[in-house]
Amino acid sequence: MNEQKLQKLIEDVKDGALSRRSFIKKAVAAGMAAPIASQLLVWNGVAMAQTKEDYKPTKAGGGGPLKILYWQAPTLLNPHFASGTKDQDASNIFYEPLAGWDAEGNLVPKLAAEIPTKQNGGLSADGTTVTWKLKPGVKWHDGKPFTADDVVFNWEYASDPATAAYTTGSYTGIKVEKADDLTVKVIYPQPQPFWADPFVGVAGMIIPKHLFQDYKGAKSREAPANLKPVGTGPYKFADFKPGDILTGERFADYHVKNQPHFDTIEIKGGGDAVSAARAVLQTGEFDYAWNMQVEDEVLKRMETGGRGRVLTVPSGNIEFIILNTTDPWTEVDGERSSVKTKHPTLSDPKVRQAMNLLLDRDSVQKFIYGRGGTATASFVNNPKMFKSPNLKYEFSIDKANKILDDAGYKRGADGIREKDGKKLKYVFQTSINAPRQKTQAIIKQACQRAGIDLELKSVTASVFFSSDVANPDTYTKLYVDMEMYTTTQSSPDPERFLNQFVSWEIATKENKWLGRNVSRYSDPEADKAYKAAQKELDPEKRADLLIKVNEIFCEANVILPLLSRNRVAVAANNLVPNYSGWDSDTWSVASWYRS
Amino acid sequence: MATYLIRRLLIAIPSLLAISLILFTVLALAPGDPFEELATNPNVPPEVRMALRAKFGIDDPVMVRYVRWLGAMAQGDWGFSFASRINVDDLIMQRVPTTLFVVGSSQLLALAIALPVGIYAATRPYSIFDQIANTLAFVGFSLPTFFTGLLFILIFSIKLDWLPFVYRSDIAATGWRWYWEMLRQAIMPITVLGLFQAASYTRYVRSAVLDVVRLDYVTTARAKGLSEKRVTIRHVARNALIPVVTLVALQMPAVFGGAIVTEQIFRVPGIGSLLISAILSNDTPVVMAVTFVFACLVVLFNLIADLLYGWLDPRISFR
Repeated sequence: MNEQKLQKLIEDVKDGALSRRSFIKKAVAAGMAAPIASQLLVWNGVAMAQTKEDYKPTKAGGGGPLKILYWQAPTLLNPHFASGTKDQDASNIFYEPLAGWDAEGNLVPKLAAEIPTKQNGGLSADGTTVTWKLKPGVKWHDGKPFTADDVVFNWEYASDPATAAYTTGSYTGIKVEKADDLTVKVIYPQPQPFWADPFVGVAGMIIPKHLFQDYKGAKSREAPANLKPVGTGPYKFADFKPGDILTGERFADYHVKNQPHFDTIEIKGGGDAVSAARAVLQTGEFDYAWNMQVEDEVLKRMETGGRGRVLTVPSGNIEFIILNTTDPWTEVDGERSSVKTKHPTLSDPKVRQAMNLLLDRDSVQKFIYGRGGTATASFVNNPKMFKSPNLKYEFSIDKANKILDDAGYKRGADGIREKDGKKLKYVFQTSINAPRQKTQAIIKQACQRAGIDLELKSVTASVFFSSDVANPDTYTKLYVDMEMYTTTQSSPDPERFLNQFVSWEIATKENKWLGRNVSRYSDPEADKAYKAAQKELDPEKRADLLIKVNEIFCEANVILPLLSRNRVAVAANNLVPNYSGWDSDTWSVASWYRS
Repeated sequence: MATYLIRRLLIAIPSLLAISLILFTVLALAPGDPFEELATNPNVPPEVRMALRAKFGIDDPVMVRYVRWLGAMAQGDWGFSFASRINVDDLIMQRVPTTLFVVGSSQLLALAIALPVGIYAATRPYSIFDQIANTLAFVGFSLPTFFTGLLFILIFSIKLDWLPFVYRSDIAATGWRWYWEMLRQAIMPITVLGLFQAASYTRYVRSAVLDVVRLDYVTTARAKGLSEKRVTIRHVARNALIPVVTLVALQMPAVFGGAIVTEQIFRVPGIGSLLISAILSNDTPVVMAVTFVFACLVVLFNLIADLLYGWLDPRISFR
């Protein structure tokens, strides 16, 4: 779909000639993700639809208990310190953001009265100011009213470096002002194309000022409410044993009519993913279990029990391989894989191109991940608007052999190719996780047939993903020729996600290997496109720039994407959860009900 | 006796110090980072992670951290958990009742099986009963609890659908229903642990009784015309059980320490599962506190076992 055609369609929607829904349908058919299609409308002054959630119960309460099983137990209930999805999801039961993302990617107001648009004056023309109108009459669980002061306080709390909030990335560098009791202004230093970040989704949950104001900054750990939340959410806190069980009961004054359906809620934690799936699908002891990192084969067998079903939804997470273009085996200035060095063979684009042809992505998807992933050649896959239409993958050992032959890599007596005495022997590292080890084996086999020898290395996840400066096996050190892992795209906009492709984020000894660019590869063109995207207000031009960044790295075969991962959960047959891939699992727990 | 006790307690201090030093060093040397989840999250700037490390004192040298930990421990401050940011002693106290109930009941179950079976088997050695008891005991302690646990779940939860396999500390029921629910969910973990323990206890009781049965005073008792029942219970069992009592006393730390594998399988929120999740999330203060408390209990119950032994058997004197 070209730009003019899109513009015309948008005009049609404005004139009323085309309905919102059919516009989104057309846009999705043309390969654009629903969230982006609806953001397009917002930018062009068409208000977002107030999505009617399909909610049947006609009164609040009466649904009995809702029992949720997490195989990692929540350990704390302050959304600003929620380090993993377990804590974010648990916090989201009690706390709410101004708006959340639904499954179609629409912004849905939670504590906001409406979503800011250009039309209702919520978005300023220059793209620097967002004005949120708050929903009137919202009460905290202790009966105090929810006001703009609470929203402003959350910004102060999270942006204070001494608090060391995990959400700080969404709140630093902006200004938040109270206009009146129910109006808040978010002011950006420069035009902000993706404004729906602070106060939205998992990073946007609002904690009450009156309980946290004495615990801002260095004293943040001591707040009693860290473990006894008082929020605005559908359920009131009842009891919490960190690492074990969390219970809540229905909040009678909840600000949405007829919600929630259940009288009590319980999140039990611990154990492992397989038995969690079993407790929902086979024995029916629980209604819902999250993050099913279980082989699809196993889930399918359990589903035949007939008590529950598997839910999948696309996410922005990507399983990929990095080919190291720096030399991991030579130490320069106290670090290996230094940008000052060059890999003896992987710095040759031909070798990298051959490697990309040796990844049998379809088999990895079919035999290992099943419904848990989709084979892809693009680093960004969701929202569809940001997926590169040009990147294609192919599995061909013959082609790889031909490329290597042409490039002058000859097979030695042991069958391994070499050129100028440099052998194609690589160490391939990943974290310990059954599907990853199987993937490694599939790739090793293919490489063998092309005369490339892979030595497989697996590092325990707690070491691999740590930031331990002294440990050589962390993923950011990249002291190997190639490595594989999943990285998470936490918001529907990939700008921040793509900072792993810019030159100023390269992980080095100097920044204690904390830089986000682990591959160490850089391209001035990618830097330029990224910087331009940060300022571009036109969503389409912006997407083109971000796609360019993605393509530069994938076409250089430095980043070899494997699978776009799906979010997988299991639920009892009679439970109707509102499940979204763009927000936490419990983002809309108020509207869950039993049919 | 008093001087003996004092001497033993004084010896315990340096050994506990040494244990704590070793534990601390090993934990400090172990790789891992309590904030690893932040590392892969693009929304968390690296500075936050560095600030947290500095705030929680992880970047200081090992010895500085050890001395700080020891000083705090001496004042009763056990530190706080990195994961849930509450005091470690609160966290442990939340878990102790469940562990005491589950592991304690399993020990009682083990004794209730092992004592009668062991004694009866020993009084009729090589009879059919003895052979069967022996075989079962061998099978029992050859099967690891993670295997029997999964087997039980497969049979009783999935095939028969009789018992729940997720243990919940908060049961939303009152009165008799509460007891019933509690019993239902505790049956499997208690049985798995109890049978495993019973198997080794049975072997032990049997051999202890066998040693005593052949002694002269037993023959004398029989010659006096005492009934077989009286001989077995009053004369044989009483003397044979002295070593068994010490064995049970030495098992007591395990009752507090929980059963790591079984707790994990049945999601029993006890000390064992606390330890394992703390290890997995690199929550050093919790790991340190749990292992150190466990070390203290081992030292303490060793002492108690020695004292009990002397009290039960007056031939042993303390010097």
